[in-house]
Parts: sequence; C-alpha cells; structure tokens
Amino acid sequence: MSALFDCRDAFVQTLEELAAHDDRIVAVVNDSVGSSKLGAFRDRFPDRLINVGIAEQNMVSVGAGLANGGKVPFVSGAGCFLTARAMEQIKVDCGYSQANVKLCGISSGIAYGELGATHHSIEDVAWLRAIDKLTVIVPADPWQTAEAVKAAVAHDGPVYLRLSRMPVPVLDRTDARFEIGKAELLRGGGDVAIIATGTLVHHALAAADALAAEGVSAQVVNMATVSPIDEAAILRAAQTGAIVTAEEGLAHGGLGGAVAEVCARHAPVRMRMLGFPGFLPTGSAAWLMKEYGLSADGIAAAARELLCGRG
Amino acid sequence: MNEASMAERSAASREDRVAHVRERANWMRRRLLKMIVAAGQGHPGGDLSASDIVAALYFDVLRIDPAAPRAADRDRFVLSKGHCTGALYSALAGAGFFAESELDTYLQPRSMLNGHPNRNYLPGVETNTGPLGHGFPVAVGIAVAGQIDQADFRVFALTGDGELQEGSMWEAAMFAGHRGLGNLTVIVDRNGLQQGARTEDTNALEPLADKWRAFGWDVADVDGHDHGALLDAFDAAAAPRAKPLCIIARTSKGRGVSFMQDQAKWHHGVPTGEQYAQALAELEAELAA
Repeated sequence: MSALFDCRDAFVQTLEELAAHDDRIVAVVNDSVGSSKLGAFRDRFPDRLINVGIAEQNMVSVGAGLANGGKVPFVSGAGCFLTARAMEQIKVDCGYSQANVKLCGISSGIAYGELGATHHSIEDVAWLRAIDKLTVIVPADPWQTAEAVKAAVAHDGPVYLRLSRMPVPVLDRTDARFEIGKAELLRGGGDVAIIATGTLVHHALAAADALAAEGVSAQVVNMATVSPIDEAAILRAAQTGAIVTAEEGLAHGGLGGAVAEVCARHAPVRMRMLGFPGFLPTGSAAWLMKEYGLSADGIAAAARELLCGRG
Repeated sequence: MNEASMAERSAASREDRVAHVRERANWMRRRLLKMIVAAGQGHPGGDLSASDIVAALYFDVLRIDPAAPRAADRDRFVLSKGHCTGALYSALAGAGFFAESELDTYLQPRSMLNGHPNRNYLPGVETNTGPLGHGFPVAVGIAVAGQIDQADFRVFALTGDGELQEGSMWEAAMFAGHRGLGNLTVIVDRNGLQQGARTEDTNALEPLADKWRAFGWDVADVDGHDHGALLDAFDAAAAPRAKPLCIIARTSKGRGVSFMQDQAKWHHGVPTGEQYAQALAELEAELAA
C-alpha cells in the first residue's frame, strides 16, 4: 500500500515557497486558517494573511480588490461556503471582471461526510464551469496540486482550485507535466475510456487493473482541468466507443456533463456518468463513496455495462 | 488628474476650484441626458443625484492619468451603484479617458459603453458593477492592498443609499473598520429614494451616520450638491487617518431638472423631446446664474 497524502499540505507548502519569492502572493480566509492549513503561512507572512472573518461574499470581493491592487490573492475557504455563498461575487467580481483571483475550495466534494449536505460541495464544479473566463482545476494528487498552484500563479485570470482533504497516493507518471487545459493520459487502452477527476482518478486506475484482469483494455484519463476542457483528449477517449466519467460531485452538470457536451457535438458515444444524484443521506465520506458506486468496483461495473450493451 | 494638474490644483484658489467643479457637473448633466435620449434608455434620476460628487472626484480630487489608466499608484474610484453610468461615462469622457463622441455609442451593439460599467471594455473602470453590493467590498480589498504596501494611492467608492440594504455592504464596512483603512473613503449618495419608493418606507437606513460610526468609521455629513462642501470634505479626507471615512452626501434624485427632482419614477426613464429641451434650458440657466 503506497503512502497517502492530504493534498492541502502540498497546497500550503507550494504557496509558502512561491510567496517567499513573490511579494504579490497573499492569502484571504474566512476564519478558515485551520481548515485551510494556513497557520504556518500566517506565522511566516503575518501581513499577507487577510482574515475577513465569517463573511464569504466579502472574502471574494476583497480578493478581487486585492488583485486590482496588484496582489495575487489565494482566497481559501470550505468549498461549500466559498462557492454557494459567494456565487455572484465569483461571477461578477472575478469572472466577469477577469480579476486575477485564485479561489481555493478546501474540503470539497463530500469530505465532510456526516456533517451533511450543507457541508458537501458537490455542486461546485457544475456551477463554476458555467462561469465564463473562470478556470476550474480539480487536482488528483499532491504533485498535481503543487503544479496547479504554480500554474494558477502564472495564469493571469481567475482560477478555482478544488482541493480535497481525502488522503490519496501519489500517481505514477511517466510524463510529469501539468498544463492548464491539458488532460493527463495515465493509461492507454482501446476498449473503454475512464475519465476522472480528483479522488476518483485513483479508483479509475484500480478499476482499469480489475478490467485488465478480465481482458478489457481501459484507458484512464485524469481530466484535472474541467474548464476549459481538453476536447482533443475527449475525442481520443471517444474512439474507444465507450466512456465512463467519475467525479466526487454531482453526476450531472460537472465533469460528466462537460464530457457529454463535447461527445454529443463531435463524437456521440455510449457513456456512464458516475457521481452523486443530489442531497445525500447521513454517512461517512468513505461510506458515501462506496454506497454511490464511486469506487473501483463501481467504475469497473459501469464499464462492463457499457461493453455488454455494445454487443 | 495628472501631477501637473495636481500642482495647478494646489495653487488654485478654492473659489476657482469650486467654479470649475460646478461648470463640469453642469456639463456632465447636460451631456448624460443627451446620451440617455440618444440611447432611449438610462437611469437619469441617480445620474443627476450623483453628478456633483462624481464631478468633484474626477475634476479635482482623483490622482489619475487617462494616458495610464492602470498605473499602479493611481487613485481608484469604484462606482458601486453601477447603474449610474451616465455620471461615470460623462466624467470619464470629460476627463479624457476616451473621446466624447464615444458617448453617442452608449448601449449600441458592441459599444464599450455597456448599461453597467465593464473594465475590460473601458479604460478607467476598476471593477465591473451592476448588481448592488459588489463595488464597495471590492474597493475595501483595493484599500487593503494599499495598506499592506503602504502605498499612497487613495480609494473612493460611491454607493447608493438603497444599496446599503445589501448585506455584503456591511460585511465590507465591518472589515474596513476593523482594518482601520484610512486610505478609503466611501460616499453615500443619500437621495432617500430607491427604485420604487423612499428608503425609509422600504427598509429604513437611519440612523445612518450612527451605523457607520458603530462599524469603526469617521463620518462627514455634507450637502451633496454643494461643490464647496464636497471639496472641503475631500480635502479633509486627504489628511492621514486611522479610520476609513464615510461621507454621507445629502442629495436629490434627478437634481437639476425640475420635473425629475425627487421623483422615484425617474430612477429609469427617458425624457421626451419637449422634456429634454426643458431640462437643457433649466441646466443652462443654472450655469448662467
């Protein structure tokens, strides 16, 4: 079993390293220093940690103002509150104004399992990929989280980084490069393609292993940037004739919806979209993932279904 | 205003400064009405309410250079009541940010003069506004950046009074007070009317000065159509301050045009040809007086 990591550590470590050489970088939080793991950043750069208190709308607007004043603000808070509470600020002050703000949704997806649907952030990708000019990135492991933070600083414009607190291993890579808008082909395969984001990328690889044992060759694509989406990678995946998408979010409107839009226009293909159906019952994050088929077994089962149907 | 004109300003007598702002405000009113009549749409009530405040800022107070609209050390003006584009666009044109003839394109397809200001179309706009409760909190963020850098630029935001019913305004006011943002001045265009009715009949704001003071602000209460009083308030604001300043500017919606003044129905609307002629005649008479 490989070691597991909390991607927030890669986020804050990278942010600190970059901030040490770039005075423009500041962090903006809504009383979320602890959950964003920004305590060390605050101790090292006390003037550059701006805590607006429990006020998400103001947090995002202040971030946009800081960008106007030449800063590169990382506006960090629990994904559920950051996105839902401050949606118009994200749309108008960040997206429409094309402000150079980096929004960081911490503990996204269903990391807060038992706390319930108020604290789940499963709608965020669907909501935010609808906002023009806003880049949406869902890193899958610590390395990609670090690279995404660097890319967000280099990118002049608003970015949403959807960060998980669920422990994940480091992905094996032959070609370690991260570029906004470019998917990562983790495994080649011609029978079916699995396109996943975040925590589901790891389950997708395990599903591909299980399918390989049955003689099914599954391609695995890590679609870290959901907006703008990598259409070329989707069209390559569509050549297999069957696509399974998997994400720690709603089954509709997010990654699955984005992939389906591209396929419907250019390469209609059979699909299964794995995710959550809506507000979820009480349960731990691990239980919810399993219950709703967001697991290696669930992904492999969806792939088999598609392949059977193809007859 | 560039460095040269800053020097001119400090040399100018108060009387000259007041006369200049008065003339510019009158010109803005005439020009924005022309623009609204040509476009067949607009928000004349709030534009006319805010014209004297915006004229004082653009033609005296702000340290801005139309040739370098994104210079790092520029003063920032944020139109939080983003629907009052008549006041903003006429001021930006008058200050040289774009050719006055552009005002004739207001609301036309692909015009840089959108119904609400867009910084990506138009030089001199700091952040896109329109929905209420956005511009002021962004201005607070700009002031925080200036505070961190100990920069000498100043930040001004013009809000509506009805806009103060938005919760985000008070999140921002509380935080600005907490941070002691002495580089920040907010001007409340206190005309007492929101889109449909009086603020006090809708969701009362008074005691408004007490509210700002309780949030950690200094407060000045001025006649928002008295150019000398506005310049005095802005001059006082320029002194080093430990708190942000709220200028409550007592204004009348539709000010300067008798049939629009203090009438909620002119929040948006377009004068007929006859009304437009009367409005111009009244404004010209006021300038000559």
